[in-house]
Amino acid sequence: MPSNLPPAVEAPVQRTPDKREANEVAGLDALELGPKQVRPNPGKRIWKSTWPKLAAIAIVLLVWQIVVWSEWKPIYVLPSPETVFTDLGNVITTGDFWNGVRVTMTRAFTGFLLAVVIGTVIGALVSQFAPLRAAIGSLITGLQTMPSIMWFPLAILLFQLSESAILFVVILGAAPSVANGLISGIDYVPRTWLRVGQVLGMRGFAKYRHLILPASLPSFISGLKQGWAFSWRSLMAGELLVIVPGALSIGVRMQQARDLSDSSLVICYIIVVLIIGIMIDVLFNAADNALRKRWGLV
Amino acid sequence: MSLLQEKTEAVVRLENVSKSYGDLLALDRVSLSVRQGEFVCLLGASGCGKSTLLSLVAGLDAITGGALDIGGRKVSLMFQEAALFPWLSVRGNVELPLRLQGVSRAERRKRADELLDIVRLRGFGDKRPHELSGGMRQRVALARALAQNADILLMDEPFGALDAMTRDILHDELERIWREQQLTVLFVTHNVREAVRLGDRVILLSSRPGRVIEDYPITHERPRRIDSPEVSGQAAEITDRLRAEVARHAQ
Repeated sequence: MPSNLPPAVEAPVQRTPDKREANEVAGLDALELGPKQVRPNPGKRIWKSTWPKLAAIAIVLLVWQIVVWSEWKPIYVLPSPETVFTDLGNVITTGDFWNGVRVTMTRAFTGFLLAVVIGTVIGALVSQFAPLRAAIGSLITGLQTMPSIMWFPLAILLFQLSESAILFVVILGAAPSVANGLISGIDYVPRTWLRVGQVLGMRGFAKYRHLILPASLPSFISGLKQGWAFSWRSLMAGELLVIVPGALSIGVRMQQARDLSDSSLVICYIIVVLIIGIMIDVLFNAADNALRKRWGLV
Repeated sequence: MSLLQEKTEAVVRLENVSKSYGDLLALDRVSLSVRQGEFVCLLGASGCGKSTLLSLVAGLDAITGGALDIGGRKVSLMFQEAALFPWLSVRGNVELPLRLQGVSRAERRKRADELLDIVRLRGFGDKRPHELSGGMRQRVALARALAQNADILLMDEPFGALDAMTRDILHDELERIWREQQLTVLFVTHNVREAVRLGDRVILLSSRPGRVIEDYPITHERPRRIDSPEVSGQAAEITDRLRAEVARHAQ
C-alpha cells in the first residue's frame, strides 16, 4: 500500500476497492518496467560495428604492402595487395570459379547436414541412456579433439579418392561437436524447469517436445556452430588431399595454383575461403543472438 | 470466511504422514486437513519440511509412512521462482498446461487471455517473460497454475523473492483471486505476518523433524491488511511460539 490512509478518508472519493487495487497493480507494473529505451538509429548502429572492421582490414593491407615494399621476398612469391585483388576480381567474374564454389559448398552442406543428423541422434541417445554415456561419452570428446587430417589416410583406403572419403572426414569432424552441444544442453536444463514440467504432468515425448528440446537449444546452437567450424576445416584439408577427378573444387584450384607457382592466385583462394567462413559464422551468430535476445540473456 | 470454516468437504487429508530421506526424518507423523475453499498457511522455521510436505501433496515425492489422501484431485504448484519458459511468450507460458491437456488452439488462446485478465496482465500476452518484473512474472506463474484447472493450489513461498511493496499488493491480488475463483490454497511461508494476513488457518510446524505443533484459526475479517493491529497482534503471538521452537534447537 502506498499510504496508510484509513478507510474513512477513502470513502468520499467513491472508488471501489477493486478499482483502487487495479490501479495499484498497474502503477507498480509501470514503475517496475521503467521508461522505454530509445534505440539509436540503425545507420549509426551499423557504422559503430563496421568501422573497426574496416580499420582492421586497412591495417592488414598496409602491413602487407609495407612488407612487399621492403622486398623481403621476391615480388613473384609475395605479390602486392593490388596484384592479388586485381587477380581476385578477374577470378570471381568467371563462371568456372563459381562452379568450384558450388562443388565445395555442396560438399560442405551435405557433410554438415549429415553430421547434424548423426550428431543429434547420438547426442540424444547418449543423454538418455546412462550405460551408453559411460561407454562412449568420453570417446565423443576424444574424437572432437582429434585433428581431422589424421583420418584421411584411412578414409582414402576405405573409400579411395572419392566424395565419400571427404564426407567421411567432414562428418567425423563435425558430428562430435553437435552431439556434445546437445548432450550438455540436456544435462544443464535448470532443475526448476524440470520441476515445472513435472508439476504440469509432462512425460515421455511431451516432455521432450515442450521442455527438454527448447531448453537445450542455446547449447545445441553452440554445438552446431562449432561443428560447422570443424567440418569446414576438415573439408578444406580434404580438398587439398583427396582430389576427385572432375570435381574442380576450391581446394583443387588452389592446389593447381600452387603447382603453377602462382602465389597471387593462392592468396586469392585463401581470401575466398576466409570470406565464406566469416559469412557462415555471421549467420550462426545472428541465430545465436536472436535466440539470446528472445530469452533475455543479453 | 467464517462460512467456509463450518463444514465443507476436506480435499487434502494427511494422517500421521512421515517422510524420511535415509536416516534423516524430515516429517514426523503430520496430520492435517484442508477443506474445500480454505486458505491454509504452513508456517515454520528452516528445516521444518514445509516444502517437502508440498512435494508430497503434489505427488512429486512418495510418503514414507501414514496416509495421504487427496481423493484423486488435481493439484498445481507454484514456486518461489516464477520458472517461466523463456522460449515462450507470456501467453505461451499460460497456454502450456492447456496445450498439454489437448485444448484446441482457439480455445486455449481465449482461456489464456481470460487468465491474464484475472492476474491483471491483459495486454502483456505477447511479451517475453524477461521483459516483465519479478512480481509480474510471479503473476504469470499464478495464471499458468490456474490454467491447470486444479482443485488444489499449492504455493511454496511464492512471494519470498519480492520486495515488500510488491508482496503487499500481491497479497491483495491473491486474496481476491482466491475469493473470486473459489480456490483451495495450501501456502507455505516462513513469514508470520504473511501467514496471518492470508490464511484462514495457520499451521505451525516444528523443525527437525517437522511436526504440527499448533493450528491457529485466523478469524479477522477480510480483506485484511498486513499492518492492521489484529494481524500484527496475532502475528506477534505466533512469532513468540515460533521463536521458542527455534530456541529449542540451541542445544
